[in-house]
Amino acid sequence: MSSPDDLTGPGQQLFEKRKKVFPKAIDGPFRRFKWLVMAVTLTIYYVTPWLRWDRGPYAPDQAVLVDIANRRFYMFSIEIWPHEFYYVAGLLIMAGIGLFLVTSAVGRAWCGYACPQTVWTDLFQHVERAIEGDRNAQLRLEKAPWGLQKITKRVTKHAIWLLIAVATGGAWIFYFADAPTLARQLYSLDAPYPAWFTIGLLTATTYILGGLMREQFCIYGCPWPRIQGAMLDEKSLMVTYKAWRGEPRTHGIKRAGPAVHQPDGELGAQPQYGLPSLVALASNPDNNPRVIGDCIDCNNCVAVCPTGIDIRNGAQIGCITCGLCIDACDDIMERIGRPKKLIGYSTVADELIAGNGGAPEPPLKRLFRPRTIAYFLIWGAIGLGLLFTLGSRTRLDLSIRQERNPIWVQLSDGMVRNAYTINVRNMEARPRNITLSIEGLPGAQIWTDAQSRNAASQSLPIEIGPDQARKTRVYVAAPERTRRDLTFAIRANDIQGGSDRENTVFEGPEGAQ
Amino acid sequence: MAEKRIDEPTGTPTVGHEWDGIEELDTPMPRWWLWTLYATIVWAIIYTVLYPAWPLVNSATSGLLGWSSRAELAGEEEAERVRKAPLQLALSRIPIERLNENSRLMQAAVEGGRAAFKVHCVQCHGSGAAGSKGYPNLNDDDWLWGGDIKQIHTTLVHGIRQPGHDETRMSQMPAFGRDGILTPEQVGDVVSYIGFISRQEKASTAAQRGGKLFADNCAVCHGPQGKGDRKLGAPNLTDSIWMYGGDRDTLTQTVTNSRYGVMPAWGARLDPVTLKMLAAYVHSLGGGEDFLPEPVATPTPQAAASATPSNPAKSNVQP
Repeated sequence: MSSPDDLTGPGQQLFEKRKKVFPKAIDGPFRRFKWLVMAVTLTIYYVTPWLRWDRGPYAPDQAVLVDIANRRFYMFSIEIWPHEFYYVAGLLIMAGIGLFLVTSAVGRAWCGYACPQTVWTDLFQHVERAIEGDRNAQLRLEKAPWGLQKITKRVTKHAIWLLIAVATGGAWIFYFADAPTLARQLYSLDAPYPAWFTIGLLTATTYILGGLMREQFCIYGCPWPRIQGAMLDEKSLMVTYKAWRGEPRTHGIKRAGPAVHQPDGELGAQPQYGLPSLVALASNPDNNPRVIGDCIDCNNCVAVCPTGIDIRNGAQIGCITCGLCIDACDDIMERIGRPKKLIGYSTVADELIAGNGGAPEPPLKRLFRPRTIAYFLIWGAIGLGLLFTLGSRTRLDLSIRQERNPIWVQLSDGMVRNAYTINVRNMEARPRNITLSIEGLPGAQIWTDAQSRNAASQSLPIEIGPDQARKTRVYVAAPERTRRDLTFAIRANDIQGGSDRENTVFEGPEGAQ
Repeated sequence: MAEKRIDEPTGTPTVGHEWDGIEELDTPMPRWWLWTLYATIVWAIIYTVLYPAWPLVNSATSGLLGWSSRAELAGEEEAERVRKAPLQLALSRIPIERLNENSRLMQAAVEGGRAAFKVHCVQCHGSGAAGSKGYPNLNDDDWLWGGDIKQIHTTLVHGIRQPGHDETRMSQMPAFGRDGILTPEQVGDVVSYIGFISRQEKASTAAQRGGKLFADNCAVCHGPQGKGDRKLGAPNLTDSIWMYGGDRDTLTQTVTNSRYGVMPAWGARLDPVTLKMLAAYVHSLGGGEDFLPEPVATPTPQAAASATPSNPAKSNVQP
C-alpha cells in the first residue's frame, strides 16, 4: 500500500533515536597522543590568563587579556585597539585556512585531537569510566533498574561533570579581566554580574555539549565535518579500514580459520574450525591463502569508538579520526599474529594501489601536492602580511573632522575661520606630548576652542594621556576666500618620535576656485 | 452517527465525522505546542489582571500593579530632575561672568545651551547659529551689543528692541532717505564713504562728500571712524562683517530705510538657568570675548541717551 519512499506512511520515521555510545577504554600510541594533546590544550587553556607581562604603570600586566570594558586586546607584547580588529580577523582567517591545510594534509586531525568538543568529551568519558566502569559495566548499569547504586553512580558522575563544567566556564572569564583580582572577587562572591552569567552559560554549554550531546554535536551540530567534504581528496590522510586486507571478515575468533582457496576465488566448503586452525593461523600466517581476511569481526574498533561508528563502513561524517580504533585493532592483530595497521592512517589513493599489490606513494610526495602547497602559501602570505602591518603600524594616529555647520565663518578682520575636531590617538602605554601644526595655508593661525584668538599661532602643543584618544576642537583662520587643501600634522616631541598627517580642506565663502 | 475508525493508508484515526464521503484525520497538535498555547492563555489572563487592559466606558481597568506608561514617564522625568538638581542649583547660584571659573559647570551649561538653542533660537539664527541676512551670525567675532558672556546674557534676557520692555536693548537708526534727512544723492555719497572706510572702494570725491555727511549724521552712533558703538548696538562699518550686506545696493537701502532688528526678551519666557546655559553656548561658538569688569562710571550712558533718535544731539535729524 505504501512504498518505501512514502514518508507519510506508517513505520517511517524521520527521527532517529540516539544510540547511546559506551566507548571502551583502550591504550596505544594514539590514545597516548590524545592524552598528550589533552594535557597541552587544557594547560594552555587554564594557565594562559595567569601569565603576567610587564607593560609599565599605565597598562594591565596580564599577558593575554581581552579588555572589553576599555576596548583593548592585549596579547603579550601586542596591544590591539578596536580599529585594529582586522588583526584578529586576520588571525581567524589564518585559523580557517590553517584548518584547510591541516585537513588536506592529515585529515580531520583537528576533530580528532584538538577540538574543544573532542577534548572535553574525552575528559567526560574518562570520568564516566572512572565511576561507572568500562563499556560493559556501563551497559549493565544502563540496563539495571534504578537502585541506590545506580543513583549514587549517576549522581556522582553528573556532579563531577558539572564541576568540570564550572571550572571550564570559570577559567574562561579570566581572559576578560585581571585574573587574580577576579579570582578574589569570585571567592568573596562580589564578582560582577556578567562574570557569574558567563560562568553559568559556559557551565551549561560544557555540560550539555561534553556530557550530554557529545558525538551528536559533531554529527548534527557542527558545520565543520560537512565542509571537510570539500577539503578532503583521494590523497588526504584518513583513518582507513583496509578492506582489501580485512575482507572477507569472519565472525568471531573461533571461526577465523584458514579457508580453502578455490581457483574461482570464491570460498569453498567451510573447513573445520577450531583451536588447531587458529594455532596454525597464528604460527604460520603467511602460509594461509588469502581467502579469508584479517578482520575477525571482533567489533573492538566499534567498541572503542567515541562516536559509535563502524570504521569498516568506510569514510563517514561520524569519524573524527581520533585513531582509537587503530589502537584497538592493532591490539587484536598483535594477539592473533597478523600484521598491524589493518586499520590505519592511509589515503584512498594508497589503498587502491596497495589493494592491487603496489607500493604506496612516499609520504613526503603525498604531503607536498598542489593543494597543500596552495593552502600553505595563502596561509603564509596572510601571516606575513599581518606580521608586516603589525611591525609597521603607527602608534600615534591623527584623524580630522571638519565642522560643517557653519562650514566657514567670516571674521571681522577679513580672515575666514574654519573649525575642525582633531582626534589624536596615543596607542602607547605612556603619556605623550605632541605638536599639532598645519601645512598648505599661508598666513593661517590655529587655536583651540579653549583659548582666545590672541593665543593663536602656527602650531599647538597637545598632551595626551597613556593609551588614550584625545579630542580637541580647533579653529583655523586664514586670509583665504576659496576652498584650499589643508594638511594637519602631528609630531611627538619625545626621543622616540612618531608622526602622522591627515589631509582635509579649508572652506571659504567663495567655494571652489 | 460519528463513527471513529482507523484510516488504513495513513494509520491515523479519523475524527468520526463524514460529509459526502469526506472524512477528517484526527491529527492533533503536538503536545508541547498545545501546552504552550495553554501557557499563553494563562499568561494573558494574569497579564490583563495585573496591567491596564479591559476597556471601560471612560477609561480602562488600571490593573493590580497600577502601572501606566504616563506614570513611568513621569517617574523617569522626576529621576532626571533629581539627577540634574545639583547642577541646576549650582548654575542658578553662580554669577554668569564667573561661570568660566568652573570648567565642569561651563561644559554642562554649554551642552544644555546647545539643546535649548535648538528649541528656541534656530528659527532665526539657524541650527549652526550662523544666522542669515538680518539675523546675526553668532559664530563670528563681531558683536553689536557686546560679546562677553555677561553682555550676551543681558541681550538674551532683555532682548533687542522688545516692545514694552523697559530694559531691552534699544536704539533706532533714522531712515535717512525715506524721512528726507538726506537726499538720494547724499545717501549715495554716504554709501561711497562707507565703501571707502570698509576698504571696498577707493577714495573718491563722492566719498569725500560722504565723509562730511557721515560726521554730521552718522558718527554720533557709529563713531567718528565708523567703528560702531556697542552701547547703542551700532555696527562697526569698517570690518568685513555685514548683517544685511555690504554691497552698494544693500547699503543704500539700509541708509535710506534704516534697519530695525528685533529679538524677543527671553527673560520672560525661559527660566534663569536655561538663559545662562544659552549664554554659555553662544559664548562658546568661537567669537566669545573675555569678560572684563568695566568701570562703573562712564560718560557713555549720557551719550547713549542723547543719541537715541528721540533726542538727537548735534544733527539735524528729526524723529
